[in-house]
Amino acid sequence: MERYQHRSYFIETPENESPMSKKPNQSGDMTAEPAPYGIETLAIHAGAQPEPVTGARNTPIFQTTSYVFEDAEHAADLFNLQTFGFIYSRLTNPTVAVLEERVATLEGGRAAVCAASGHAAQFLAFFTLLEPGDEFLSSINLYGGSITQFGHSFKRLGWNCHFVDPSDPENFRKALTPKCKAIFIEVLANPGGVVLDLEAIVAIAKDASIPLIVDNTIATPYLCRPMDWGADLIVHSTTKFLSGHGTSMGGALIESGKFDWAKDGKFPTMTEPDPAYHGLTFYETFGDFGFTMKARTVALRDFGPSMSPTNAFYTLTGIETLPLRMDRHVANAVKVAEFLDGHAAVKWVSYAGLKSSPYHQLAEKYLPRGAGSVFTFGLKGGYEAGIKLVESVNLFSHLANVGDTRSLILHPASTTHRQLTDDQREAAGAGPDVIRLSIGLETVDDLLADLDQGMSQAGKK
Amino acid sequence: MSPQPAPPSTETPLHYEDALLRRILKEVKTIAMVGASANWVRPSNFAMKYLQGKGYRVIPVNPGQQGEEILGEMTYANLADIPDQFDMVDIFRASNAAGAIADEAIAVADEKSIKVVWMQLGVRNDAAAERLEEAGLITIMNHCPKIEYGRLFGELRWSGINTGLISSKRPRMRAQ
Repeated sequence: MERYQHRSYFIETPENESPMSKKPNQSGDMTAEPAPYGIETLAIHAGAQPEPVTGARNTPIFQTTSYVFEDAEHAADLFNLQTFGFIYSRLTNPTVAVLEERVATLEGGRAAVCAASGHAAQFLAFFTLLEPGDEFLSSINLYGGSITQFGHSFKRLGWNCHFVDPSDPENFRKALTPKCKAIFIEVLANPGGVVLDLEAIVAIAKDASIPLIVDNTIATPYLCRPMDWGADLIVHSTTKFLSGHGTSMGGALIESGKFDWAKDGKFPTMTEPDPAYHGLTFYETFGDFGFTMKARTVALRDFGPSMSPTNAFYTLTGIETLPLRMDRHVANAVKVAEFLDGHAAVKWVSYAGLKSSPYHQLAEKYLPRGAGSVFTFGLKGGYEAGIKLVESVNLFSHLANVGDTRSLILHPASTTHRQLTDDQREAAGAGPDVIRLSIGLETVDDLLADLDQGMSQAGKK
Repeated sequence: MSPQPAPPSTETPLHYEDALLRRILKEVKTIAMVGASANWVRPSNFAMKYLQGKGYRVIPVNPGQQGEEILGEMTYANLADIPDQFDMVDIFRASNAAGAIADEAIAVADEKSIKVVWMQLGVRNDAAAERLEEAGLITIMNHCPKIEYGRLFGELRWSGINTGLISSKRPRMRAQ
C-alpha cells in the first residue's frame, strides 16, 4: 500500500488559546488540573469557536445532509472510523457537534451525542448497553413517558426494567440481579418535589460494577452535576430548560469517560469486536469516549433519531442564558411554592425547596442553587378542583412540557402519566389530585394572582 | 487509540500543558511506532494511518512483522535496527513492557536523534518516565497522539468530544 496524505491543510488556533484555564501552568507534566472556567462562561463558549473560513462568530446552522469527501481514500477512512470528519448528518453535523461538546462540558463529561429527543437519547444509551434478555433497574420516580418506554416498549426488545422505590437507596441493592446492566434515576424527579440520594445510589452501582445513568433534565447542569458525584452516563431532554424557550425538540447522552467497561466482561458491546463495524472493538479503540462513539456510529447510524441542525442552533442559543434563566426559574418557583403552601384551598405542596419538604436536606446537598422550578401540589377540592384550576388559569399554559420561559400547568394523571396503572401513578407522585407546575420567567406576582383567581374559580360549585 | 483500556487509576493524575503537546505535534516529523499492527482494525493501525494522513512518517516496530511492510513502511524488529533517524517513539505496548522500550530508546537516543517518548492511552510506567526525563527525553504517558492531534487541531470536537479548549480566536487554515 502506498503512503498517502489526504489533507493539504490543517486548522490552527492562535497560541493564546487556553485549556479551560485562567492561569496557564508552565511546568509541564505531573501537575494538578488547571482551575476551570465558570459555568456562565462555559455555557456561552464551550464547543464554539469562530468559523475558520468566514470568521462567523456565532455558530452557523450547517443545514446540509452530507459532506464532500476529499478523495476515495478519505471517504474510506471516514467510513472505517479511521479519521475524524463528517459523512452524513444522521451521524454528525457541525452545528450539532458544537451543542454536543457544550453539553458534555457543562456536565463535566468526556463526550456527548445528541438525538432527536430525550426519549431517543435514552434509546441510544440502552441500545449501546444492553443485549436482549438483559435487565436494568429504574427509580419509579420518573417522567411518565420514561416509565412507559422502559416498562412496555423496551420489553418488546428484550430489555427488562425493574422499577424500584428510591426513597431507601438500599432498595436498588436488593433489586439487583446478575443480568442487571445499569441503574437509571432522575435525581430531581419529574413530576416534582422528590430528590434522590445520589451518592448512596452511586455507591450501589459501583459495588455492582454497572453504570449509573441520570436523567438530569429537570435539574440541568446548572443546579446539579451528577458526574461530580460519580454518575457514569447522563441523559437530557434538551427540549426543556437547556433549550429553554419551548421551541426545539432534542436529547443528549453524555459519557463521563470514567467507567471501566472491561472490568468483568459485562459489556461485550463495548469490549468485543463489533460485527456491525468490521470487527472494531470500541472501548479499546476509542478509550474514554468509546461509549459515545458506539452510541453514535451504531445506534444513531442504524436507528436514525438524529437532531436537526436548526434545533441544535436554537438549543445552543438557549444554553447561553441557562445560568441566568435557572436562577430566575428557581426564585419564582420558591415564591409560588410558598404562596401555595399558605393558601387555604391547597392541601399539600411537594417542592424540595420548601423547608417543610422531607427532601429539603437532600436538595441542599445535591441542588445548592435551588430545587428547580417543576413541582406538584394538590387542592383540597381533589380531582374535580384540579381539572377546574387547569381550565381557569389565564397566564399558565395548559400543556405537556416543562422548562419553558412560560409558566405551565398540567394534570399528570390525565396526560403525561395517563398510560400508567393507578398504583404506578401513585408511586410516581402523579395521583388523581396532583397538579404539576413548571414555573416560568414571568413577573412572579402575576403568576401568584393567576393561580389565586384560578383556585377561587375552582372552589366555586 | 489504546492497546488496552485504561483502568481508573489511583496514581497521581497526569496533566500535560496543551502548549507542550502542540509543540511536540508540530515539531515531530518522524515517529517510530512500537507495537504497530498489520491488522487494519487494530487501534495501532488506525493511529498509524491517521498520523500518516497528517503528514508524519511513521516507521513500524514489531518483531513479528520484521521485513514486512505496514501501510507502505518497512517494519523493524527494534528501534536500533531502524536505519533512519526519528524524532519520537510511540509505545503501543502494555505498561509493563514500556520500561524495556524506554531503555532501548535512551540507548539509541543520540544516534537516532530521539527527542520525545510517547506512551499510548492506557500505557503508563512512572519508573520508565523518570529514566527518560533524566536522559533529557520529553515523556508523555497515557495519551494518544492521534486523539491529541485531533483535539488540538480542531477535528476531535466534530465527534462531540469535550476538547477542553476555549477560544474566541479565529482558527487559521494553514498549508501543510
